[in-house]
Amino acid sequence: MIREFTILEIRLLLEATTWTVLLSLIAFAGGGLVGAIVTLMRISRQAVIRRIAQVYILLFQGTPLLMQLFLVYFGLALYGYSVHPMVAAAIALTCYSSAFFAEIWRGTIETIPRPQWEGSASLGLTRSEQLRYVIIPQSIRLALPPTVGFAVQIIKNTSVTSLIGFTELTRSGQLINNVTFEPFLVFGCVAAIYFALCFPLSALSRYLERKLHVPR
Amino acid sequence: MSLVEVSNISKSYGALAVLKDVSFAVERGEVVVLIGRSGSGKSTALRCLNGLEEIQAGTIKVGDYKVSDQGTDLRRLRQDVGIVFQHYNLFPHLSVERNITLALTVVKRMPLVEAKQVAARVLEQVGLSDKVNAYPEQLSGGQQQRVAIARSLAMSPKVMLFDEVTSALDPELKEEVLKVVENLAEQGMTMILVTHEMSFARQVADKVIFMHAGRVHESGPPEQLFGSPQTPELQQFVSTRVS
Ligand SMILES: Nc1ncnc2c1ncn2[C@@H]1O[C@H](COP(=O)(O)OP(=O)(O)OP(=O)(O)O)[C@@H](O)[C@H]1O
Ligand SMILES: [Mg+2]
Repeated sequence: MIREFTILEIRLLLEATTWTVLLSLIAFAGGGLVGAIVTLMRISRQAVIRRIAQVYILLFQGTPLLMQLFLVYFGLALYGYSVHPMVAAAIALTCYSSAFFAEIWRGTIETIPRPQWEGSASLGLTRSEQLRYVIIPQSIRLALPPTVGFAVQIIKNTSVTSLIGFTELTRSGQLINNVTFEPFLVFGCVAAIYFALCFPLSALSRYLERKLHVPR
Repeated sequence: MSLVEVSNISKSYGALAVLKDVSFAVERGEVVVLIGRSGSGKSTALRCLNGLEEIQAGTIKVGDYKVSDQGTDLRRLRQDVGIVFQHYNLFPHLSVERNITLALTVVKRMPLVEAKQVAARVLEQVGLSDKVNAYPEQLSGGQQQRVAIARSLAMSPKVMLFDEVTSALDPELKEEVLKVVENLAEQGMTMILVTHEMSFARQVADKVIFMHAGRVHESGPPEQLFGSPQTPELQQFVSTRVS
């Protein structure tokens, strides 16, 4: 039976959007938290710890998010742990975004000039105190625009969770298209909703970049 | 006993030997000036003194504290040895006051109220009491350098190191910084300075050390070094720089 694309369908899409937003928030928070830890490991003075963080980053940056998601979802199921799609999505997105955050943040920490390290060291600050009071506060300014920019990638990438059956925005669009056969209308709406989520963030990222005089 | 005793230290970067068997001593209240050509190892010598660079041989003693030991307690050493750099190295995200109080509260665990009093005192000493709430970028180079001196001074070091603190400044700004250094010398602060301002060196130094190719080439009171240099290297150095 062919259904018409009505205000009801739009409401369904908007409901699915809340899942997309929720997944994005989880990825941002989880990825931020884990990413912060990986960043600190990445700049550790212990070569082994640095190496572990480096491998972590390479692994999650060097493989498609979809594969990571399949591994968590289907892989764990094979060993008898059936994970809820939501949990699988949260784990995969956290791993994926933490690797990117760690790489962004390591980069900004490394752009803080050496004299800042030396100036603070010569006052007797320990390494962790240097990071906390001198280096990280200055890096945050530099890190803000690319961090907000990456949030856009996260939002768009939550669409892969549709492939493990998670009914977020993209999958909801597919389902509605299956019954309405109005691909232009349905996916046009889906795209417009993604754009409405992402555009303000891109604009904010560019604004911060200008406001904070961060060179590209 | 000398306050600072540098004995036979050597330092290399990879295969490049930068300091070779350097020894000198600094008495309490003495002002020692290091001079020498670019690359002769002056900055490196200062940086070894507060543990920014590791030495490969020899010993450095500051007060009753030995630097050369494996596992030197750098935090303790650096409370005794202050250093001021050519490019100030102020923290741009912190106000002048916080630049000064940061290490007092974090390293010396001083209550903030007390740290602020110290900041006020040292800022007055360098003539910048009105800049307490300013940010580094709002200050001239000379003012930034005076804040850097105040920041170091606030830690009440036993000895202060100055590495070409006026080199990055316009001529008209050098004077105010040199004045501050001179005042410190008069107040009896023990200091080791690297400078290219020869007339200033002559005026404040109790002892001058001429470094050449990583060694102490010649040393003595300023009248002697500038008046009757013994080695051809120093003669040439002096003749090209002192009018
Ligand atoms: N981090 C480093 N790595 C390798 N070589 C270095 C390093 N720092 C300094 N050097 C080298 O060590 C030598 C001494 O440098 P140093 O900075 O102590 O000289 P200087 O007497 O202070 O010179 P200037 O008057 O130009 O400041 C130079 O040959 C320099 O190239
Ligand atoms: Mg130098």
